[in-house]
Amino acid sequence: MTVTEEAPGHVGSRRLRKEDPALLTGEAKFIDDLALPGAIWVGVVRSTEAHAHIVGIDGSAALAIDGVNEVLSGEDLAPLWGEGALPCAWPVTPDMKSPAHLPVARGTAKYVGDAVAVVLADSRYAAADGAAAVVVDYEPLPAVVEIEDAVADGAPLVHADLDSNECYTWGLWGDNAPAIDAAFAEAAHVVSERYLQQRLIPAPMEPRGCAAVPSPAGGELTLYSATQIPHILKVMTAVVLGIGENKLRVVAPSVGGGFGCKLNVYAEEILCSALAMQRGAPVRWTEGRAEAAVSTIQGRGQVQHIELAADADGKVTAVRVKLLADMGAYLQLVTPGVPLLGGFLYHGCYDIPNYMFECTSVFTNRTPTDAYRGAGRPEATYAVERAMDSLAVSVGVSPEEIRARNFIGADAFPYESAAGLIFDSGDYQAVLDKAVALADVDGRRAEQAQRRASGSSKRIGVGFSSYVEMCGLAPSRVLASLDYGAGGWEAATVRISPTCKVQVVTGSTPHGQGHETCWSMIVADQLGVDPDDVEVLHSDTAVSPTGLDTYGSRSLAVGGTAVYMATEKVIDKARAIAAHQLEASEDDLEFSGGVFRVRGTPDAEVPLAGIAFAAFTAHDLPDGMEPNLEAHVTYDPPNFTFPNGTHIAVVEVDTDTGNVDLVDYVAVDDCGVQINPLVVEGQVHGGILQGAAQALYEDAVYNSDGQLVSANLADYLVPSAAEAPRFRLDSHATPSPTNPMGVKGVGEAGTIAAAPAVINAVVDALRDLGVTDVDMPASPQTVWKAIADAQGGAS
Amino acid sequence: MIPAAFDYEVAESADHAIALLAEHGDDAKLLAGGHSLIPMMRYRLATPSVLVDVGRLDGLRYIRTGNGTVSIGALTRHSELEHSAELAGACPMLASVAALVGDPAVRHRGTLGGTLAHADPASDLPAAVLALGGTIVAQGPGGSREIAAADFFTGYFESVLAADEMITEVRVPAGGGGWNYQKFNRRAQDWAIVGVAVAGGGSGVSLVNMGSTPIRASGVEAAVAGGASAAEAAAVAADGLEPPDDLNADAEYRGHLARVLTERALNAAGVA
Repeated sequence: MTVTEEAPGHVGSRRLRKEDPALLTGEAKFIDDLALPGAIWVGVVRSTEAHAHIVGIDGSAALAIDGVNEVLSGEDLAPLWGEGALPCAWPVTPDMKSPAHLPVARGTAKYVGDAVAVVLADSRYAAADGAAAVVVDYEPLPAVVEIEDAVADGAPLVHADLDSNECYTWGLWGDNAPAIDAAFAEAAHVVSERYLQQRLIPAPMEPRGCAAVPSPAGGELTLYSATQIPHILKVMTAVVLGIGENKLRVVAPSVGGGFGCKLNVYAEEILCSALAMQRGAPVRWTEGRAEAAVSTIQGRGQVQHIELAADADGKVTAVRVKLLADMGAYLQLVTPGVPLLGGFLYHGCYDIPNYMFECTSVFTNRTPTDAYRGAGRPEATYAVERAMDSLAVSVGVSPEEIRARNFIGADAFPYESAAGLIFDSGDYQAVLDKAVALADVDGRRAEQAQRRASGSSKRIGVGFSSYVEMCGLAPSRVLASLDYGAGGWEAATVRISPTCKVQVVTGSTPHGQGHETCWSMIVADQLGVDPDDVEVLHSDTAVSPTGLDTYGSRSLAVGGTAVYMATEKVIDKARAIAAHQLEASEDDLEFSGGVFRVRGTPDAEVPLAGIAFAAFTAHDLPDGMEPNLEAHVTYDPPNFTFPNGTHIAVVEVDTDTGNVDLVDYVAVDDCGVQINPLVVEGQVHGGILQGAAQALYEDAVYNSDGQLVSANLADYLVPSAAEAPRFRLDSHATPSPTNPMGVKGVGEAGTIAAAPAVINAVVDALRDLGVTDVDMPASPQTVWKAIADAQGGAS
Repeated sequence: MIPAAFDYEVAESADHAIALLAEHGDDAKLLAGGHSLIPMMRYRLATPSVLVDVGRLDGLRYIRTGNGTVSIGALTRHSELEHSAELAGACPMLASVAALVGDPAVRHRGTLGGTLAHADPASDLPAAVLALGGTIVAQGPGGSREIAAADFFTGYFESVLAADEMITEVRVPAGGGGWNYQKFNRRAQDWAIVGVAVAGGGSGVSLVNMGSTPIRASGVEAAVAGGASAAEAAAVAADGLEPPDDLNADAEYRGHLARVLTERALNAAGVA
């Protein structure tokens, strides 16, 4: 038997990203880089009132500006879409209230930022000048700003045609209510907490933008958009505007981040498309940063009530959760579903037999909310992880001990949760043990005790967060049971050219993640080719017509699996050709390092390159076989995947000023098999900082009139690298049995884990001063006042 | 985030800049580093119709010491203050404060004259120059005049500088005792929520973002002069002040911070 040297595998290596040279040198083309001579520029006039009748729109001053050509109101534009509304694809209950949502408002403005008119101009500058010069006469109406006010007696109505501000109530408890009541009645320890999830502004590096370009040959339209979802956007735009889907192409050029906020169908996309077809000219819009704060969806926005019942040992017997969730003024694409994505996970990574979750979602006169990195799961993790720390205090054990007593055991997988999910794999205790050792928790606690004893104003706190999340969205039948308006599959095509270069077409749509690098590494290992010989095409519905796009940490587990399976199909076809050429049975062939060999016959081998060329010439293929090496797969996952981990934050709190320093951060994650640890670490670093940002910095602050007062990046505190803690990462992979590569997903893990770890650390630092809770963001002033309140008044 | 239309003139000299200011009157603004002015223009909080760019007047970029005084050209960048060996020897406080302004991009564009003329009560360097007892040299159509930093600031973004004057030089005393600067903020790049500058071993104390101008903490200075401890002197830091109320801090918390930071700064400056 010939001994052959295996090519070293690429999967698992820290390969530099092939996307980066173009990004770092400015060669990558983003939406605003597109040169479209003769384009009509749109400027959007946005409501400055949270709730008001639009009495009049005076465009005369705008029209006097050189380069401003038209000012159009919602009434003027109505014929473009009639009663057709911006789509909401997730009607979570049959009786959910879904207000008509026009791209440009008619009659009433319902939030600061609501589009009330548009200016058409020759340049972006003229469009901005024109939009600033339009005078709108408003008759203010009472506004509903805070979540709990929306459901108060006598609250003003956000939508006068709906009889309340309640959008829906969705619950998950089945016939379990008596058992839950019994668990609480018999509990030795009951924890009852109320937490606030402040609204967050997604703030990707690139704001939104779009450009609709009609084909000069007539009848066809290309919509370029800074979107995460070109495929879904294409279907939705076609439906809303009544265009044949075959007449529409959607392209996402380089997209500078999304974090969920570009998982949507926005007014400007519909507006530009409709106007471009009407005018027969390109119509484009680029969002400004300050505009983005009010016109792009925001994240979070919940009031959470969580109760835990536990026995004397701290073993949790039931969890009961009631949420109030802020939809904002309108429902965007998946707005109603976001709380549900967390609704299955309020028991965290714990074996809790009784589960009840109920969410009431409400309208307010604020920018719509929707998916933002983690989408429901950071909120759920925050509530359960904060509550577990409270339980630990009640029982009198450490945070790690209360977790250990409640973890789903490593031998329990596949584990059916009380909320009805089947968790795939994990070893939560091993993950926690690794994190405890890495963070030197004992050493930190000794330091904490020493500082307390010496009366130091610099307190140390250690905070835990053990999380499990669901990603790999999703089995289409499960989505159907949740009334989601689409499936959860993903598509891939793999082609091998005559010279053995590989083309991968993926339905996933990267906007910073690194799909091109990772898909190349997967396919290169399967085929025994160089990753640089693998080209990955995506994000253009003309090139990749089938796909369901990138969100919810689904790309690798679903899209990557589709790529893997399509490559396997290509190999199967190549094997048949190889068997034909070598006059051997397929069963006797082995394939490795890009070469087919006949087992036990030293010289009988043929390289993939030879097969590729033979498939192309088609001179000598098995009878009945089609030429060329190409395969397409649409993969519908049988289950979600369940990444998990334990994060430990160490903070130093200055009790004199309330300042919180994140001095150490340890994360041990199980995201399954890692394709590229460098890419994984990048995702985890960014995710942790985004979660820590909710804990310490970011807050979309509205005043009582419904004005967003943190509308710029001086007041809305997105942290920078300077604020990043020292990240110390490790992993503990339990491969997912759900897919052939054993992958799970990692795009949101850091964000899901970080906020409770940081706040638990802050509370741990101050618990001996009587502090039991600190609202997010734990700004210095908030922390200082929490200390002062706990000490019985301002110092 | 698109500024209103404006015209742009390049000044070839200080005289030229002043002539352009005189020609365009109140509609004109000097552009130096632009890191305060341009963001305000992008938000349309400032809408000058003419920008007079003085950023190329390299003759006004210098740091000179002599006769117990450090003289600094108005167009000297924060990064140049930060990295100047001469300044580190003659007035280390100013070099140290310059290193805390904004982020590296801001420090490579922003100028000492620009930040003084902008007169933002939340900026670091104006308070440092005030604590140091500095002098600001302004040139106008009729020639130059010297203005004590203590007399320079008059209100939010307002100073005694006339519309047709530009700052050409800033002078601070060389040497001069213990110093410290306490800057309290949430992100490295941000303005101070509260800042405290102590110069001359406590003889000069100023506060950042505690009112409409950089504020000389004369009560603290008097207490130190009278032999008070740092804690005693710091206790009066916020007395009589009406600090602003914003998302980061209300007036009560700002007063508290002023006291805490003043004590820390005095201690670090050698006041027991």
